[in-house]
Amino acid sequence: MLEVKDLHVTVEDKAILNGLNLTINAGEVHAIMGPNGAGKSTLSAVIAGKDGYEVTQGTILFEGQDIFEMEIEERARAGLLLGFQYPIEIPGVKNIYLLKAALNAQRAARGEGEIPAPEFMKLVREKSAEMKMDPSFLQRAVNEGFSGGEKKRNEILQMLVLQPKLAMLDEIDSGLDIDAMKVVASGVNSLRSADRAILLVTHYQRLLNHIEPDRVHVLVDGRIVKSGDKELALELEARGYDWVLEESAA
Amino acid sequence: MASEEMEQLVRREYKQGFVTDIESDTVPPGLNESTIAFISQKKGEPQWMLEWRLEAYHQWLKMTPPSWAHLDYPPIDYQAISYFSAPKKPEDRPQSLDEVDPKLLETYEKLGIPLHERAALAGVAVDAVFDSVSVTTTFKEKLHEAGVIFCSISEAIREYPELVRQYLGTVVPQADNYFAALNSAVFTDGSFVYVPEGVKCPMELSTYFRINAANTGQFERTLIVCDKQAQVSYLEGCTAPMRDENQLHAAVVELVALDDAYIKYSTVQNWYPGDEDGKGGIYNFVTKRGDCRGDRSRISWTQVETGSAITWKYPSCMLRGKESIGEFYSVAVTNGRQQADTGTKMIHIGEGTRSTIVAKGIAAGRSDQSYRGLVKIGPRAKGARNYTQCDSLLIGDQCGAHTFPYQEIGNSTATVEHEATTSKIADDQLFYCRARGIDEEDAVSMIVNGFCKDVFQELPMEFAVEAEALLNVTLEGSVG
Ligand SMILES: Nc1ncnc2c1ncn2[C@@H]1O[C@H](COP(=O)(O)OP(=O)(O)OP(=O)(O)O)[C@@H](O)[C@H]1O
Ligand SMILES: [Mg+2]
Repeated sequence: MLEVKDLHVTVEDKAILNGLNLTINAGEVHAIMGPNGAGKSTLSAVIAGKDGYEVTQGTILFEGQDIFEMEIEERARAGLLLGFQYPIEIPGVKNIYLLKAALNAQRAARGEGEIPAPEFMKLVREKSAEMKMDPSFLQRAVNEGFSGGEKKRNEILQMLVLQPKLAMLDEIDSGLDIDAMKVVASGVNSLRSADRAILLVTHYQRLLNHIEPDRVHVLVDGRIVKSGDKELALELEARGYDWVLEESAA
Repeated sequence: MASEEMEQLVRREYKQGFVTDIESDTVPPGLNESTIAFISQKKGEPQWMLEWRLEAYHQWLKMTPPSWAHLDYPPIDYQAISYFSAPKKPEDRPQSLDEVDPKLLETYEKLGIPLHERAALAGVAVDAVFDSVSVTTTFKEKLHEAGVIFCSISEAIREYPELVRQYLGTVVPQADNYFAALNSAVFTDGSFVYVPEGVKCPMELSTYFRINAANTGQFERTLIVCDKQAQVSYLEGCTAPMRDENQLHAAVVELVALDDAYIKYSTVQNWYPGDEDGKGGIYNFVTKRGDCRGDRSRISWTQVETGSAITWKYPSCMLRGKESIGEFYSVAVTNGRQQADTGTKMIHIGEGTRSTIVAKGIAAGRSDQSYRGLVKIGPRAKGARNYTQCDSLLIGDQCGAHTFPYQEIGNSTATVEHEATTSKIADDQLFYCRARGIDEEDAVSMIVNGFCKDVFQELPMEFAVEAEALLNVTLEGSVG
């Protein structure tokens, strides 16, 4: 589904990603861990198409298509979703309005008509209930005045409504209390299926207790230096990153 | 030159000039006493009105155009303007929508303007398309029953001279400023509204207005008087783009609210801004002032302004009555090479007066806009309060927005708060929307509409919807 090959990225002449390789197949859940500033958010931002990054080398294919040929919104419509580490506030724009505009834009790209209003209302009510979000959040401005945890749940709500093929969730667990973590995890798990894939960026093994990954990668200095199964996350939790660095230097 | 000499000269011109054929429908370009006499006569005005106009004219001759506004425009040749022309005859106007510029119709479509109104707006000879008479009659009857007077200013001068004489020029004096003086001398169009004591006007004066007064004049004069405990909501303008051969527009609007009266004046204006280089656009110099003359009276200005090559306007409120309230909610959008210098003045005179200012400016393209606001608290305005919020949103990096807040506080018991922000349309907001699949242009309009929400919600419902559409049309092509 996603194939990142030898990706080099610089920001303002500073090298951030240095030859990163990553392959994610349909049906899989991958987790990326790594120290602060390693380039995890950069990777997902580049995949989603954010401006300000210069790709100096490498390719990214999404379902066989060269992603650099696609606009940000085209990538989203093709089924790529980035869950933001820091969700953005949009004053004056209702949450439900953004959801509807996004869903209809994606439907239009698939040649489907606009979703009928009653059907849409039913869908978002259902999904917000799953996220344990009060319906009043739908009428509030996008993320404005939301608590950290509410913003994260809102990201997952968008994901559940949009049903992406590949969801990249950047530190979706940060700022969540224990119950919210379970709610978010069950939301993510409900998306798991043979034709979808999920990429989690996280610092904590705890999330991975709730969402069991197929693969765990360690990203250090703009490169994936070690990959393994879910046991690797436990090991990182216990031992930190130094040993991985030493191992890869050796 | 001594004023006496001047007057003599003027009088001489008056005599010599007074050869204009009174039967003709237009006067040749130029402004002198004979032009004014011609206008007054054409309108069937009483002598006092002519004198009032001439007084204004003499004041105007002594004045110089304002140069302090943050605007740049070539000097206007006032002698090259024709100050009176009768409305086009039906046979000279398009006979059906088929004869109207398809581009204009396309815009109406985008704005969601009801089909039956499009013809009227496009200047089609109305009865050739639909029967507006019945609609008008229903409105007229309703208003008449309520005792509300609503007619053209010319009709009011003839039919209700006492009312007009009592209030005309009491809010915006003849010599208030250069453009107001010019307007006072030569105004030919405009509306008059009088809502009697205790009456709540039974309908928005917009619906009626839009169908009947689609052709805006060059020098409009509007006077709205709300007697004690009376209420009215008036909407001026229209979201449809207004094309006009007249480059200069200098309107005057006067509002008078007596004890416990409430006037809500909303404007949605979409003048033709000119081509990309600003050529052919409208110069819009307007004096709008509300007088909260009575205790606990309230005047609220809401405006959504796009278009115009050059805009210069500061709707303001004189808060004389005790505990009277002035409000100003504004969205100004500039694109292309437009220039706008707008804002408001809140003059607190009475005790316990309050005012609120919410100004949202959106600049795109290579446009330039300024907000200029004056909050003045007089010595008698004990416990007066003002809250001002000015937000500017820049789209792209070739446009500019400036704010000039002025405060004159003459009373230590007053509270004045001012908040101002300038933001570029945030790249991360755009990215966030686009990363959900929303295309760039829709994302921009979504963010901009969100930015304006505080003001839009002050507009009458149907116009709020149109205003949103208008914003989208105005900003079309401003990104990417
Ligand atoms: N726009 C930018 N300008 C300058 N430096 C940047 C920019 N964006 C990212 N960087 C730098 O790139 C590096 C990688 O940042 P990134 O956000 O990808 O790290 P991360 O792995 O997600 O870290 P964290 O775990 O703290 O979220 C950091 O050193 C960061 O400061
Ligand atoms: Mg990060």
